[in-house]
Amino acid sequence: MTSNKQGYSLVERYLPYLLIAPALGYLLFFIGYPLTQGVLLAFTDQNGHFTLQHVYYLLYSPSSNFWPALEDTLALAAVIIPIQIMLALGFSLMLSANFKGKDMALYILIIPLTISDVAGGLIWYSLLTANGFFNKLFMALGIINQPIQFFGYQFRPMEFIAIVLAEVWRATALVFVIIFAGLQMISREYIEAAEVFGAGTWTKLRHIIFPMLKPSVQTALLIRTLFAFQVFGVVMVLAGRDIPVLAGEAYYEQTILYHYGVAALYALIIAAISVVIGYIYIKMFKAQYLKEVAM
Amino acid sequence: MSTPGETPPIRYYLLRIVFAGIVILSCTWVLLPIIISILYAFSSPQDFYSPKEIIPLHYTLSNIQKLLALGAARATMNSIIVAVMTVIFSFALGLPAGYAFARFAFKGKDSLKLLIIGLRMFPMLVIAIPLVTLYIKLGLNDTLLGVALAHTTMALPFVILITSSIFVSVPIELEEAGYVFGLDRKQTFLRITLPLALPGLTAAAIFTFIMSWNEVFMAAVLTLTNRTLPAFILTSAMAAPDIIKFAASFIMILPALIFVFIARRYLVSMWGITVR
Amino acid sequence: MVDVRLRGLVKRFGKTIALRGIDLDIRDGEFIVLLGPSGCGKTTTLRIIAGLEKPDEGRVLFGEKDVTYLPPKDRNVSMVFQSYAVWPHMKVRDNIAFPLKIRGVPQEEIDKRVKWAAELLQIDELLDRYPHQLSGGQRQRVAVARAIVIEPDVLLMDEPLSNLDALLRVKMRSELKKLQRRIGVTTIYVTHDQVEAMTMGDRIAVMNAGKIQQVGTPEEIYLKPANTFVAGFVGSPQMNFFDATVKLDGEKLLDAGEFTISLTGDLAAALKDYNNKTVIVGIRPEYMYPRELAPKNMIGPEIKGVIDFVEALGSDTIIHLKVGNKHLVIKISGSHHYRIGEELTVIFGLDKIHIFDKNTGRAII
Ligand SMILES: Nc1ncnc2c1ncn2[C@@H]1O[C@H](COP(=O)(O)OP(=O)(O)OP(=O)(O)O)[C@@H](O)[C@H]1O
Ligand SMILES: [Mg+2]
Repeated sequence: MTSNKQGYSLVERYLPYLLIAPALGYLLFFIGYPLTQGVLLAFTDQNGHFTLQHVYYLLYSPSSNFWPALEDTLALAAVIIPIQIMLALGFSLMLSANFKGKDMALYILIIPLTISDVAGGLIWYSLLTANGFFNKLFMALGIINQPIQFFGYQFRPMEFIAIVLAEVWRATALVFVIIFAGLQMISREYIEAAEVFGAGTWTKLRHIIFPMLKPSVQTALLIRTLFAFQVFGVVMVLAGRDIPVLAGEAYYEQTILYHYGVAALYALIIAAISVVIGYIYIKMFKAQYLKEVAM
Repeated sequence: MSTPGETPPIRYYLLRIVFAGIVILSCTWVLLPIIISILYAFSSPQDFYSPKEIIPLHYTLSNIQKLLALGAARATMNSIIVAVMTVIFSFALGLPAGYAFARFAFKGKDSLKLLIIGLRMFPMLVIAIPLVTLYIKLGLNDTLLGVALAHTTMALPFVILITSSIFVSVPIELEEAGYVFGLDRKQTFLRITLPLALPGLTAAAIFTFIMSWNEVFMAAVLTLTNRTLPAFILTSAMAAPDIIKFAASFIMILPALIFVFIARRYLVSMWGITVR
Repeated sequence: MVDVRLRGLVKRFGKTIALRGIDLDIRDGEFIVLLGPSGCGKTTTLRIIAGLEKPDEGRVLFGEKDVTYLPPKDRNVSMVFQSYAVWPHMKVRDNIAFPLKIRGVPQEEIDKRVKWAAELLQIDELLDRYPHQLSGGQRQRVAVARAIVIEPDVLLMDEPLSNLDALLRVKMRSELKKLQRRIGVTTIYVTHDQVEAMTMGDRIAVMNAGKIQQVGTPEEIYLKPANTFVAGFVGSPQMNFFDATVKLDGEKLLDAGEFTISLTGDLAAALKDYNNKTVIVGIRPEYMYPRELAPKNMIGPEIKGVIDFVEALGSDTIIHLKVGNKHLVIKISGSHHYRIGEELTVIFGLDKIHIFDKNTGRAII
């Protein structure tokens, strides 16, 4: 009887670990193994000897697109993220007011959350292509008399704009949800107190709302920056390799050129960038946030 | 003489009109592209290629049919299979872990949770490339199971965190009442906790389904002939005429739109959890 | 400084009606207390005066100016929020300075006033902390300090002392009252603490269920409650109520069943419309005495009962007396030894009884 009881409590004691172990083991294997394998692929040749040939190819080969890809990935992020933050802030402030149909507006604004980057790209393709909605509309209105071309290698700047539009349209919802959740957490009374003491709209925004939203905006920034280095589907749909991006180059090296080592190197680079960004975030913002705004 | 009490209402109404305009504009910004792309997906080719018909007047199912004949039918089926497998795997593994985080105090809990949160930020697409080598060895390359296993890696941290927060929201007193009336831990879980958590878990499952349904990079890298829908679109449908592409985008967003509608109550909080 | 007039304020939140027509005139420089049970609409009234809420009906006037639709920032009011609303991202110092900064007060003056307010509220040690490093009571004092650093036309305080310990509360009461006298600001003060209301208010407005029940000086509210609600809400322990039938034919008396109360001439005259009808009689516990403790030449009705329960509070003794089916509470000062089960005769002055209409609850005398 006693042994039975002890066995029971032993199971109880280790139960949480037993429950977590399968998931954790799975994750560690499916992330740990590929990462190790990735390092092997990236730094060895067919015979398993150490080599830097993939690194040289990536950095210096005329057929490698690494530098343009890094540049365009960064450029896209630099243009898209600020627009998204501004728009999301605007939407959030808009929905913090009370009005009829507010719930409806909220649901509409978050629809793009569930739309994939591939679909988002295709949707904007249907709006921007030569026979697309906007070209037809503007021609009918007499604003233009021949279609504006958005797609094709010779129109790379326009392709860039198309990607920006599609990404802003699709992924602003994510930033919005984060910032809106942050705004919801600010008790209305904090804002009302400012009003009572004479604050106008701008003072309220600058001294109360923005400072209290800072943690949410930082989180949104982090998530968006991480995602920016994984941008793939939209770019492939709207521009192919005309506008190279890191994930796109990885895909191309892997599936078209069969440069497994180079593709693995791209993967490692994306992983490394993400880890560094995440680390900086935790170091810089999280600590400060915990200190100041632990309500 | 106008009293100050009467002037504000006029400004008040003006402001309200401007405000309503902004709301409508914002909603249009989101809805218009979806509506147009759906209309174009069903547009007759004549209407689409005629510069005059901004909004098509004649509609047809032929775009969808042509797309399905091109291989999208199978790809859609594949996508559904992969997504369902992903939901099953990630819940089988993630639900117990989520429950453990919600209901037990144990050594190392905080660091383990932090690890999961960290892993959720990890760009999972990078594991696809090295996985190919392993999959070739295991005979998993170009199989739906292989894709589902990779998608499970992507979904698992999310499932653990979300189920944990769902279980936390089930009052512990209700479980304790279960113990008091003679149920053991397993019975309490099955008869009390699980039913109470079910709506939230359903929404989380839907969300996981969409995650897998939408994923393109891993699917495109890990398959060759057994394409999922997004991978199929990326590799094959991009060569098709425009109007076929619109049909593809319609099939892609259809489940998303249905699920947004079903799970809309949970959507904001769920994303809140995934990104916090 | 202005007088504040509320005219027929009605406020609905969906199906609940928070205010059902509030009329109140508050004089320039007056300290008025809104007193009432939880949920009666006190906070809602304050929020409408502050401009944070628009009434569905009715007007708010500051002096001659209709401010019903004026946004809060243009009203020059100041407020202590019930939940404090001390901004978590600002240090205590910046919280208190905020209203001054908005008004463009020079930095030197700001420092001086912040120091003054912080000292008054005994939080000068805490100026460089963040709110999350403070206790509830300290946070509340920050909220009060922030409200008094400026000189508003109207000062609104929503239970500003509710979270302080007894000692500090008593001290703060007199400090706030002195301060208000000195700067002469029209003050509307919400509380559900009667003692606070009685000691601080120039006048008290007793509210219940979205309506004002009575407005008057503390004495008027206590001595001449306008209805059973006010009579029951003000005073502790609660006033004793019992039903009695008015008998004016033959011997004039109130028949309560277990006992009767003989009526004098003017009381009988006041009740002449109620002959043979039931009224509610009220008598405060502190005006009933055991016969042996009654003032020397006191004459009045006597009631005999059995002691049910005794609460010895030290300074006071509260006796629960059973009289047939009725239950009376008597409060006497000092500590006395009464045994449960003992018989006791109590006496009270006829001039201390209140008589209310059974249907409307309104005071007849
Ligand atoms: N924003 C709101 N939405 C819905 N109902 C509300 C709202 N604010 C107040 N109420 C309702 O209006 C009534 C009056 O509320 P109010 O806050 O004015 O009460 P109060 O007298 O201040 O109570 P307390 O002493 O508990 O603070 C209550 O029934 C309350 O539930
Ligand atoms: Mg209140």
